[in-house]
Amino acid sequence: MPSADILLAGLVNGLLTGGVYALVALGLTLIYGVLHIVNFAHGSLLMVAMFGAWLAVDWAGLDPYVAVVPMTGIMFLVGYALYAGVIGRISQGDDKRILLATLGVAIVLDNLALAVFTGDTRTIDTPYQFAVIEAGPLLLGVPRLISFAVALVLAGLLWAFMALTDTGRAIRAVAREPEGARLVGIRPERIFALSYGIGIACLGAAACLLLPTFYVSPQVGNVFVLIAFTIVVLGGMGSFPGAVVGGLIIGVTESLGGLFLGESLGPIGVSLVFIAVLLFRPTGLFKAAR
Amino acid sequence: MNRGLGIAIAMVALAPFALSSQFLVNLAMLTAFSALLGQGWNLSGGFGGLTSFGHAVFFGLGAYAVAIIQTRWGINPWFGLPLAALLGAVAGTVLGLAAFRAGLRGSYFALVTLAFAEVFRILANSLDITKGGLGILIPLRPAVANFQFADRRAAYAVVLAMLGIAMLAAVWLHRSRFGARLAAVRENEDAAVALGIPLVGTKTRALALSGAITATGGVLYAQMFLYIDPSIAFGVDRSVEMLLVTMIGGAGTVLGPVLGAIALHLIEDTTRILIQTPGFALMLYGLILLAIIAFLPDGIAGLLGTGQENNRLPLPLREGGACP
Repeated sequence: MPSADILLAGLVNGLLTGGVYALVALGLTLIYGVLHIVNFAHGSLLMVAMFGAWLAVDWAGLDPYVAVVPMTGIMFLVGYALYAGVIGRISQGDDKRILLATLGVAIVLDNLALAVFTGDTRTIDTPYQFAVIEAGPLLLGVPRLISFAVALVLAGLLWAFMALTDTGRAIRAVAREPEGARLVGIRPERIFALSYGIGIACLGAAACLLLPTFYVSPQVGNVFVLIAFTIVVLGGMGSFPGAVVGGLIIGVTESLGGLFLGESLGPIGVSLVFIAVLLFRPTGLFKAAR
Repeated sequence: MNRGLGIAIAMVALAPFALSSQFLVNLAMLTAFSALLGQGWNLSGGFGGLTSFGHAVFFGLGAYAVAIIQTRWGINPWFGLPLAALLGAVAGTVLGLAAFRAGLRGSYFALVTLAFAEVFRILANSLDITKGGLGILIPLRPAVANFQFADRRAAYAVVLAMLGIAMLAAVWLHRSRFGARLAAVRENEDAAVALGIPLVGTKTRALALSGAITATGGVLYAQMFLYIDPSIAFGVDRSVEMLLVTMIGGAGTVLGPVLGAIALHLIEDTTRILIQTPGFALMLYGLILLAIIAFLPDGIAGLLGTGQENNRLPLPLREGGACP
């Protein structure tokens, strides 16, 4: 049994990581809530965004937290184009075709990254990467704290956008009743591409927040795809508060799993939570907020 | 058309025995092996419409079973085949009962299979009996009694024999009453229930059959390459390859996985000669998959006119039929 201090550190670090996971999951849950599609390419698009962030830091010399701004915009355009050009056209609204289409996109992106960047694992150096803040018995990494704070601010902005702007209202209207939305002059096709773009834009931001404490490789999407789906299913497919709470829970699960079960067996906690939720409570903790 | 194509494929499959080229035998063996795994996936994923992203569970169970019984307990690896089939069937039953009783289908079923495969990968990576991330090396002892063949043609014959059994299972699903029930469930669950078809039982049996066949593929892999580790056995790439072969060849058709395996290996070997960049061939497969979903839902088999006998189903059972 680890001591109380180590346990507390694991808990807090899990929460901090969970904040960034929540941002990844918000994108996924938005796409599900509006388009009702299971975006299997989510992990691969996060990988693409992480390579983009890596280039922004390593090649263009930007600070990773400054890169949040351009990467969010770029990934929005990538997502918009991907939906309007590929996924929306191929899938024609059929569940199985959407699943396979997003899988196809994931295969193409993963292997494109392998061909362009090779299979090497890459990290970035920042002046503050080992900086820590002492808080009582805890030593908290500065990059984790900044990432957590930025993730929560962005999640708040996304919520405000959905709740307060006309576009946000249009998105919610389409999520609820696409035909009714069409009758009042909203074009659902445009909203679908827009929502997919916003969902992927979350990944652009999350990638920049993950990079200072993580690595990027062409396979890194596989690490996140299951985590993101676990959070979204746990929180309730399509639910915003669910994605945030789920993200924090899964961050803590992963952190404590590593603490109690060791590095190799630790990740099993997330998969087991996922299976258990799917089998016993597929609606998740929160009902989708409509 | 169907019969002519079948005979042509059988002749091509047997040709390497007459030729002494080890290269051709090897190519034919790997193609037959892909076709076997694809057919394993097809039995539930194609005929039953149970899109699985985690069929590596069955493959890995078979591969680890044969590796463990011979390196740990000195049991003859030939016993690995029936043992793997049994393990695969049990795993398929457990997974099927759990998932289908909970009412998971479509994307949710795909996700839960993915998570199961991940659980097994993590376990294989952590447990002592699987030697963790090091993997298991099977000592080289070429002898027919040891399930290792000095002559590649003998290994190819074994793979072909297993593929033959898998093809028979597919033909059975294509023609039997059980297969018809499975197709009815695939096309429209509500209508199938209305006809008195038990949903959970039918889907679970298809998954068990598929699991048994796929697990024997794992045994053949372990005996061909004499090495197995957690990512080879339970990795996502393994599951995706099975799905790709079947989707490209034609899901739910008897010959689809064979056509898909031939197409994939032809593409792989030609692109490997032209472009050495890693990942290029798989990227091409991904693009082909997208094109197939968009334009050819019955895959190559549909193109050749041997597609799914979808139109034989009574009208209300077809997608978009009378029932909502």
